[in-house]
Amino acid sequence: MPKVNLSVDGKKIQADKGAFLLDVCRDNHIPVPSLCHNEALGSDGRCRLCVVEVRRGNRTRMVTSCLFPAAEGVEAITQSANIALVRKTVLELLWARCPESDEIARLARSHGVSDVRYQKDNDKGKCILCNLCIRTCESVVGVSALGLSGKGPVKKVTTPFDEPSETCIGCGACAFVCPTGHIQMWDKEGVRNIWGRKFEMAACAKCGTHFAPLYQLEYISKTSGASMDRLRTCPDCR
Amino acid sequence: MTQSSACCGGKGGDVTVDLAKVDGIIDKYGRDRAGILGMFQDIQREYRYLPKDAVAHVCRTLGVPLAKGYEVATFFKALSLKPRGKYTIQVCLGTACHLKGGPNVIEQFERELSVKTGDTTADKKFTLESVNCLGACALAPLVRVDEKDFGKTTPGTVKKVVKAF
Ligand code: SF4
Ligand code: FES
Ligand code: FES
Repeated sequence: MPKVNLSVDGKKIQADKGAFLLDVCRDNHIPVPSLCHNEALGSDGRCRLCVVEVRRGNRTRMVTSCLFPAAEGVEAITQSANIALVRKTVLELLWARCPESDEIARLARSHGVSDVRYQKDNDKGKCILCNLCIRTCESVVGVSALGLSGKGPVKKVTTPFDEPSETCIGCGACAFVCPTGHIQMWDKEGVRNIWGRKFEMAACAKCGTHFAPLYQLEYISKTSGASMDRLRTCPDCR
Repeated sequence: MTQSSACCGGKGGDVTVDLAKVDGIIDKYGRDRAGILGMFQDIQREYRYLPKDAVAHVCRTLGVPLAKGYEVATFFKALSLKPRGKYTIQVCLGTACHLKGGPNVIEQFERELSVKTGDTTADKKFTLESVNCLGACALAPLVRVDEKDFGKTTPGTVKKVVKAF
């Protein structure tokens, strides 16, 4: 991989050509906030929280660092009055969208947003449309049970036709990856509830803990070839 | 071979989707997933809406996750997953029509037909919609029913428009 020389906040850095600036910053322990980026899934450019300023020659512009490729001679700045203003605006808008989200409130406050000046939504739950759940379901789990529907103000994450999804295996990866805790999932009396479906939980053959949906184990067995006998023992007892 | 299946949903107005016909439409686009929007449009032309079973059949055939097909089906305003009326009433709420009283006209349509904007009358005759500028602002407020235009409408002319069909 060819290398390029660039600087971030005045620090000289060598990086792989084309590597995204956000990853370059993090590799070099320069913090940049983000909501829709994930190490395993990569960038998606949805939240706009990761903005930084990039100077090339005598031109400065605001870019989303998660999608900006490292190139020779790039001078990036991760903190400035302008950047702070954009991030504050992004967070204030997200907060207006998701007034119930403690995580967004915390993040907004930590960026100096004390109040929301816009009209607050009351129908979006805690979802900021970061797309992490959908991408996880598609590329990590491999079942694509989730997608978006609609556009504009009514856009939301949902299962096809807003009905319990046939392809969902009840793994809960979407709920796990969601940065705001929007996705409802609860395990009760050996049954997992998620996206309008109920999944019988398998009890570990050794310790008896209900550790994963039976259906998920069957799916793993089918796709990986691992035997059900092995999978029926929870990871702690294996 | 004719396969068919009843459309689920159960909210009335369900049609029976002729899967062989849907297959024909899929073939027309070379069974290529890039043609999914065209397929949906053709299916909608056939049934005046996009039956759920047809969406599912297209996705299954193309190997596209249903969640993705549903994304496409809900993204475009031209596609409807709800059965549509025989006639579509479009009330313009573009800038000119809005200022000239379009909102009053659409409200009167809602009252006259007992439907909400975006919905279809119980007898499946009319679907009421709002649109943004039909490009004939001199006639504001404009109402278009299928291909027919009614210019300079008022709440008072709503009855006349409905009677014309
Ligand atoms: S439900 Fe959570 S993970 Fe999914 S898009 Fe919304 S905020 Fe992101
Ligand atoms: S992390 Fe870059 S847009 Fe969200
Ligand atoms: S605003 Fe109604 S036709 Fe232009």
